[in-house]
Amino acid sequence: MSAPQLTGYDGRPRLLAGWAATNQPANLAEHAQINGPLPAGAAPHLIGMVTAAGLRGRGGAWFPTGRKLSAVAENGAKAGGAYVVANGVESEPAAGKDKLLLRAVPHLVLDGAELAALAVGATEITVAVHRGTGLAAAMSGAIAERAAHRWGAGLTIKVAEPPRWYVSSESTAVANFVGGGPGKPRDDSAYRLGVKGKPTLVSNAETLAHLALIARHGPDWFRQAGTAEAPGTALFTAGGAVHRRAVYELPVGVTGNDILAMAGGPAQTLQAVLLGGYGGSWLGIEALSLPFTPEGLRMLNASPGAGVLVGLPAEACGLAETVRVASWMASQNARQCGPCFNGLPAIADDLARITWGRDRMALDRLRFRLGIVDKRGACGHPDGVVRLVATALTVFADDVGRHLAGRGCAGLWRPPVLPVPQPPDVSEGWR
Amino acid sequence: MTETFKVNMIACDGHGVCAELVPELIRLDEWGYPILAPTPVPPQLLKHARRAVTLCPKLALRLQRRD
Repeated sequence: MSAPQLTGYDGRPRLLAGWAATNQPANLAEHAQINGPLPAGAAPHLIGMVTAAGLRGRGGAWFPTGRKLSAVAENGAKAGGAYVVANGVESEPAAGKDKLLLRAVPHLVLDGAELAALAVGATEITVAVHRGTGLAAAMSGAIAERAAHRWGAGLTIKVAEPPRWYVSSESTAVANFVGGGPGKPRDDSAYRLGVKGKPTLVSNAETLAHLALIARHGPDWFRQAGTAEAPGTALFTAGGAVHRRAVYELPVGVTGNDILAMAGGPAQTLQAVLLGGYGGSWLGIEALSLPFTPEGLRMLNASPGAGVLVGLPAEACGLAETVRVASWMASQNARQCGPCFNGLPAIADDLARITWGRDRMALDRLRFRLGIVDKRGACGHPDGVVRLVATALTVFADDVGRHLAGRGCAGLWRPPVLPVPQPPDVSEGWR
Repeated sequence: MTETFKVNMIACDGHGVCAELVPELIRLDEWGYPILAPTPVPPQLLKHARRAVTLCPKLALRLQRRD
């Protein structure tokens, strides 16, 4: 387990510095005042700086960003070009950090995308944002503002709005969509075969914003916050039964209790938390004292993912919540991989039979299917649903017994805690 | 050098030819999609393994080399 190393970090927000001061989106002049000019001269050293800083991807995988940059630069040199995609699609219903980041500090994300493009030898950048949020227009405005003030490296920046399916924000799906295809995952990694068959850096919006600050202030500054294995700050979205549901920028290494405290504390007694998102893990409240880092949660086989933390109140039914989310996740598959488009509805149905139908056979069948479906898709979508349901069976084990025995559960009839979006439905399409 | 089965699950339509040809290393799930042994193909099965790769109707199966 890694202890937080907060030496030298003053606790102030880095990414959201401007937002914290004014609560208004930072225009280019304010961005320049807060962060200083875009250090295009740092580009030749950027991969080394990011590697030394130990930055890891904030889209959920926490993969070392330096290694990803190196791979795209190397593959791009061989392939005669590369692309950069800033991934701010964030189809995760419980997350709000990328939407806030793009709204609040668009130029920081765009600076990061431009610097990354210079570092990997890409000449074209696409910013992908959540459809129907107004972010596409906001980003187009920010890009026009940069052009008018001759800010940045002069690279072409486009805006894309992939469909709102859950899987459409996965890196290969975003690259597929940006290249003119459907917003569905592909079998090849984007850093090998991405946009139009070229090596593509698909990087989370928050990751690129950190990168823009590392280029300005250096790796040592970045490491003043966070842990040795996962340096820097990160954006956490606190939801469910907390007093202030919002996005908070905190040093990596804080515990679940720290995040809850930032959110004003639990609004009701909690029985569990959902960590990482809808493809994340249910954790008992005893896990709230652990550092919410990939290393701190490894022994629970959990990860902070995209920084989502949802508090489940004691009165709610964790099984009913999981049935709703698993059913929605099952509906969000791309109809590509057999184990996913067959397996996820089957898993959701098994859990519904346990929760609502006192079906004991369904429990054995569910356990078997969780083992069969895990890691059998081209992307991680089935693995996420397996993790969600498997951890529900563990954390809500007493409830499983109670439901199967037909003893009452008052939580079944309570309003849902975890939000499940109505759209997209079939009318959304994949373009 | 060893070779291990990999499948492109997007391309796979669950024809099941592979499981017929190399049942020692490939079985089918309840929906007819292949579950691959994670272990390298033993030398005595390599001929069958290559035939399964060639005969996959969707060209979804391959052998990944590891040194």
